[in-house]
Amino acid sequence: MRKIPTLYGLIAEFEKPHQVIEACERAREKGYKCMDAYAPYPVHGLAEALNFRKSRVPLITLIGGILGGCGGFYLQYWCSVISYPENVGGRPLNSWPSFIPITFEMTVLFGALSCVLGMLALNGLPRPHHPVFNVPRFALASRDRFFLCIEADDPKFNLRETRVFLEALHSREVTEVLY
Amino acid sequence: MDQLQESGGTPRHTTPVLEPGYTFASVTDKISSIVLTRRWSKGWLFGFAVSFTMLMVLNFAVCYLFFKGVGIWGIDIPVGWGFAIVNFVWWIGIGHAGTLISAILLLLNQKWRTSINRFAEAMTLFAVACAGLFPVLHLGRPWFAYWLFPYPSTMGVWPQFRSPLVWDVFAVSTYATVSLVFWFVGLIPDLATLRDRAAGKAKKIVYGIFAMGWRGSARHWHRYETAYLLLAGLATPLVVSVHTVVSFDFAVGIIPGWHSTIFPPYFVAGAIFSGFSMVLCLAIPLRAAYHLEDFITLRHLDNMAKVMLATGLVLAYGYVMEMFTAWYSGNIYEVYLALNRIAGPYAFTYYLLILCNILIPQLLWFKKIRQSPVPLFIIALIVNIGMWLERFVIVVISLSRDFLPSSWGMYAGTVWDWATLFGSIGLFLTLLFLFIRFLPMISIFEMRELVEETKEGGQH
Repeated sequence: MRKIPTLYGLIAEFEKPHQVIEACERAREKGYKCMDAYAPYPVHGLAEALNFRKSRVPLITLIGGILGGCGGFYLQYWCSVISYPENVGGRPLNSWPSFIPITFEMTVLFGALSCVLGMLALNGLPRPHHPVFNVPRFALASRDRFFLCIEADDPKFNLRETRVFLEALHSREVTEVLY
Repeated sequence: MDQLQESGGTPRHTTPVLEPGYTFASVTDKISSIVLTRRWSKGWLFGFAVSFTMLMVLNFAVCYLFFKGVGIWGIDIPVGWGFAIVNFVWWIGIGHAGTLISAILLLLNQKWRTSINRFAEAMTLFAVACAGLFPVLHLGRPWFAYWLFPYPSTMGVWPQFRSPLVWDVFAVSTYATVSLVFWFVGLIPDLATLRDRAAGKAKKIVYGIFAMGWRGSARHWHRYETAYLLLAGLATPLVVSVHTVVSFDFAVGIIPGWHSTIFPPYFVAGAIFSGFSMVLCLAIPLRAAYHLEDFITLRHLDNMAKVMLATGLVLAYGYVMEMFTAWYSGNIYEVYLALNRIAGPYAFTYYLLILCNILIPQLLWFKKIRQSPVPLFIIALIVNIGMWLERFVIVVISLSRDFLPSSWGMYAGTVWDWATLFGSIGLFLTLLFLFIRFLPMISIFEMRELVEETKEGGQH
């Protein structure tokens, strides 16, 4: 066994989604803060059990969409009015109704791209490796098992006490996660 | 749609969206094993060989086109659009079902979309790829295709932003990008599953790169679900806008039969109609070949057939209104166009179209037909042909006889037109065969959610 500094945390495996939600809630009551739960599908209530409620993805999407829409309109305005004004029978250069389709498409395009890139950036992805992958049984997190990892950075973390705590939560087994 | 879950075990529907008895592990294993452990089957190899041969026909036809120019096609004045635009509209219409199933049905909370959304999205991408090919080939000088985009050129000119043809470039390229992103985001957790379950090192690395280190963290899932819903919300108006803009290509023109305000809704309904028929054409053989009857149940076939029936009726309304407005307008050119459709030289295409798109789909009123795969497959195939004919009728009949009889002319596709159409089907099928071999054709993580949801219902 290696020393504490190389320890990422302790990970407990659960078989049922409600068990891991319960475990998260209990760990929070106990005062643990640096922890994360892992699940093979989005389990409702799990992020809330970790006290994670608001994500900034919608705001990023909104900003991206607005910038895309304004940029799309301005592109057309600039090209048709400023860069290459062409008088067609005295019709207005800023013919905004015919600029709407492209403005709309650019809104959707930039909204969608900023949504996805924002989600990935906030999640810290791509990140090909992570200490939890060192646990062999963690491969089941993408199949049918649920995990709760309490990280060693947590001020309340204590190898023995935390292990006892996790084992008491109906976990299937508790493993050390090493860097 | 939720009667099944609510009534808990005594379903009103005889067929559920997922056959009972599945667990998280068994859905994961069953879907991922198609990609990971199944050997190269003879059926797949045969299908791929046929599709690839068709793709080579496309390759040949396109190379010859680049060598000789668009003169090898049947297009001429007055019919300058011909097969290229017919095929473009046909393919882009087919591409509408994927995003519709993924986005609109997600927002409407339709559980049955889960097992068909992935390959419907893939189908969308491949259909859009086929569609995108045709306007570019039709340019005459396809190597200047980038002139369609606004970039600061030494010529100092810009695309004509008041033209629907430029709107089309933006609409189709946005649609292709957003569909790709939507599809890829849906794939990330499943790629992580494949990475964790793949046996060989090479497979692990490749799937691992694309999974981007997804580890199923609760915080990640939370942002992921938010992002997925937002994408669905953005894709919903997008899918409607794309075929609307395609219809503007026609409706903004003044050619008889095109200059009509009914075009946008009528095109969107037609797109959904043809898209669902293509999904059925693919789902029915796939579920049989890969024994996915438990996941893609008769309930799915039934629902898709109902969507087809409904959109087919909207389309029928469109056909009736076209005739009505032609008569009611009193405009001699519109009246002549209507007569030309029903009694002109191309009348047989119009009657075939009515047969394929309106009369035969009425069989879908019968539940027995909606729930029997083989007749449904045949009807879906007929609808696909009918929808191609519809675009032929719109493009060719209107252009061949417009205002001045002295400028009338006949049009027929040459062997190269047919080879390009045939070859584009090869491109579509080749991509599809590669997709089902290397990526999970059903969304695994959403099936796990479905397992959890259907189980909860059963216990209450």
